[in-house]
Amino acid sequence: MPEIRNFTLNFGPAHPAAHGVLRLILEMDGEVIQRADPHIGLLHRGTEKLAESKIYSQSIGYMDRLDYVSMMCNEHGYILAIEKMLGIQAPIRAQYIRTMFDEVTRILNHLLWIGAHALDVGAMTMFLYAFREREDLMDVYEAVSGARLHASYYRVGGVYRDLPDEMPKYEQNRWNNAADVKRLNGDREGSLLDFLESFTQRFPNYVDEYETLLTDNRIWKQRLVDIGVVSPERAKQLGFTGAMLRGSGVEWDLRKKQPYAAYDRVKFDIPIGTNGDSYDRYLVRIEEMRQSNQIIKQCIDWLRKNPGDVSLDDHKVTMPKRDSVKGDMESLIHHFKLVTEGFCLPEGEAYAAIEHPKGEFGCYIVSDGANKPFRLKIRAPGFAHVSAMDEMTKGHMLADVVTIIGTQDIVFGEVDR
Amino acid sequence: MIESLISFWASLPIALTTVIVILLKIVAIILPLILAVAYTTYAERKVIGYMQIRMGPNRVGPKGWLQPIADVVKLMFKEVIIPEKSSRFVFLFAPIMVLAPALVAWSVIPFADGMVLADVNAGLLFVLAITSLDVFGVILAGWASNSKYAMLSAMRVGAQVVSYEIAMGFALVGVLMASNSLNLSDIVNAQAGGIDNWFIWPLFGLFLVYFISGVAETNRAPFDVAEGESEIVAGFHVEYAGMAFALFFLAEYASMILISALTSLMFLGGWLSPFEGTFLVNIPAIGALFDSGIHWFLIKIMIFLFFYLWFRATFPRYRYDQIMRLGWKILIPVTIVWLFGEMVAIGLGWTPWA
Repeated sequence: MPEIRNFTLNFGPAHPAAHGVLRLILEMDGEVIQRADPHIGLLHRGTEKLAESKIYSQSIGYMDRLDYVSMMCNEHGYILAIEKMLGIQAPIRAQYIRTMFDEVTRILNHLLWIGAHALDVGAMTMFLYAFREREDLMDVYEAVSGARLHASYYRVGGVYRDLPDEMPKYEQNRWNNAADVKRLNGDREGSLLDFLESFTQRFPNYVDEYETLLTDNRIWKQRLVDIGVVSPERAKQLGFTGAMLRGSGVEWDLRKKQPYAAYDRVKFDIPIGTNGDSYDRYLVRIEEMRQSNQIIKQCIDWLRKNPGDVSLDDHKVTMPKRDSVKGDMESLIHHFKLVTEGFCLPEGEAYAAIEHPKGEFGCYIVSDGANKPFRLKIRAPGFAHVSAMDEMTKGHMLADVVTIIGTQDIVFGEVDR
Repeated sequence: MIESLISFWASLPIALTTVIVILLKIVAIILPLILAVAYTTYAERKVIGYMQIRMGPNRVGPKGWLQPIADVVKLMFKEVIIPEKSSRFVFLFAPIMVLAPALVAWSVIPFADGMVLADVNAGLLFVLAITSLDVFGVILAGWASNSKYAMLSAMRVGAQVVSYEIAMGFALVGVLMASNSLNLSDIVNAQAGGIDNWFIWPLFGLFLVYFISGVAETNRAPFDVAEGESEIVAGFHVEYAGMAFALFFLAEYASMILISALTSLMFLGGWLSPFEGTFLVNIPAIGALFDSGIHWFLIKIMIFLFFYLWFRATFPRYRYDQIMRLGWKILIPVTIVWLFGEMVAIGLGWTPWA
């Protein structure tokens, strides 16, 4: 009788469900996974090393490209570490703006997650629904920073500029006639805050729509409940953070436990799961979207009432105003120094972490007193999650691997760095 | 001129003329069918597009109407890539093996009263037998590709189709008992006499089981584990390109249309009009529209095709073992219970079978 052996299946890196460039070597007994071996590094761009040869402010743009679906949150982690080293704090208005954009980013990330996750499980309509809402938030990004994805909006000591008073508008063209343009620009007549506010008003209805499609759907539940169960103890041991940890029932959220920016001034709840399966993590993320929406609303209210500076007046680290550069000698010197030489951090090291949409995103900076980091270490939440792939998929079927990749919400920009 | 043609036709041997007539009939079925397949793909992309708040194809020709033609042209000019380590003959034979049964089954489908290529008296059995052959092609394709994804898919298809065939067969037994005939025209005629005579009402459970099994048989969402894109990329046709792939595609859509046609024949009275016997039929000029005819058959097919698309846009995909559970533990018991009830009803002489 021939010997019966397991067979190996090469899953990815060009697989439709590989979320970029994940490569899994699956050892399978029929359809059942015996061992899953994730191979990473196909998107390695050496961000940490690149940062060592650039002045601090030039690396902000690289942070966007780590987890390319939650751009501003990455910047926030990096900026926070530098501010910690310098011992400065951004003005309160900048803190609120950062809080607001962190939450906009969280919604952006979770929308992409729900779309991709549902698509992996086979419900393809979700993807396009999620992208409809993402479009609005991208416009917010664009209005404030000029870029839809890689914003580079946060700066050491504040943000790049105050919120704009008007939104970009659609223009009439071959495809959009006057009536279309009027409808498309309906929300865009006022400022960015007005636009965002109208979004926060309709967004809960959209989330309800997603839930009618998925939450009680029998097939969706059959595919998610009891798939990839992680116990709370194990989740801690594996270094899980974010929704992966909260899904297992551990109440841990840096926004509450180690508040940064304006999170201690806004009201919100952190949802946690009970069973630690994919379905719980799905529910947690859905609720996080609703909570983020609440936070955005509170930030909008505050920002409307409290105008002020969005950047520190200390021009050794922040750029002087553009018009003063044109007339004031000292400002010109500051500007020149900041763009050529940058600023120096005191000798020492610092770690700052934020609650990234995917978990704890931290930057550990070691400085030797120069204008570039001696070493920058990025703690990417996705890395710990991918490491648990083998444990989570063992004994499940091939189709569940796809569910688990989806529920881990991994993006290879940050895993490979 | 015409007279000479007629006399020439009459002078031909009878065997030859019969063959020519049959061939012409086949062409008259296959050509519209293939056109229908092409435009089903267009409808699918448009319908799902609008369900997903986007436009669907709208660039080729007015409103994208020429899109399927463009697709066909593209597929025809693409190279048929044969993997080096595949089994060449089987690899090329498999798509034909899939397409042929999907087309052959149409030979016994009556489009309207008497409008049928082969009016065999065991048409239902013929359809069951022929559609079961489909699965061989898929398994051969999966095996011949020499790819693990394709192999996994082939195994999934084998298990899935065989189990759903049973539920499907049981559902057909119900129709058979109700109509007392295996001939598809007779089955439709047994439902004549108004919308309340259609088998969908007394056999509602079987109707649901049949259509669900039909969706599973054609490997369409939510039962599309055979080509589940996010799991095994494209399943059994992952290694196929060009026309070889197009044949699979053609077969899938032809089967979809076939299942829709069979469902409407057996449960919705085929070409019978829902207004049969009402005053609407007697309206001059437009009365014919309300009367039974091929147009009702086509409308019913389209309704079921729309369901196919609707499912695809709405549901997540079942897992392979969950499909088997649904088939064996839910659909088959439902049919058995329903058949038993029907048996009792017939035995006691209750309407509508009295």
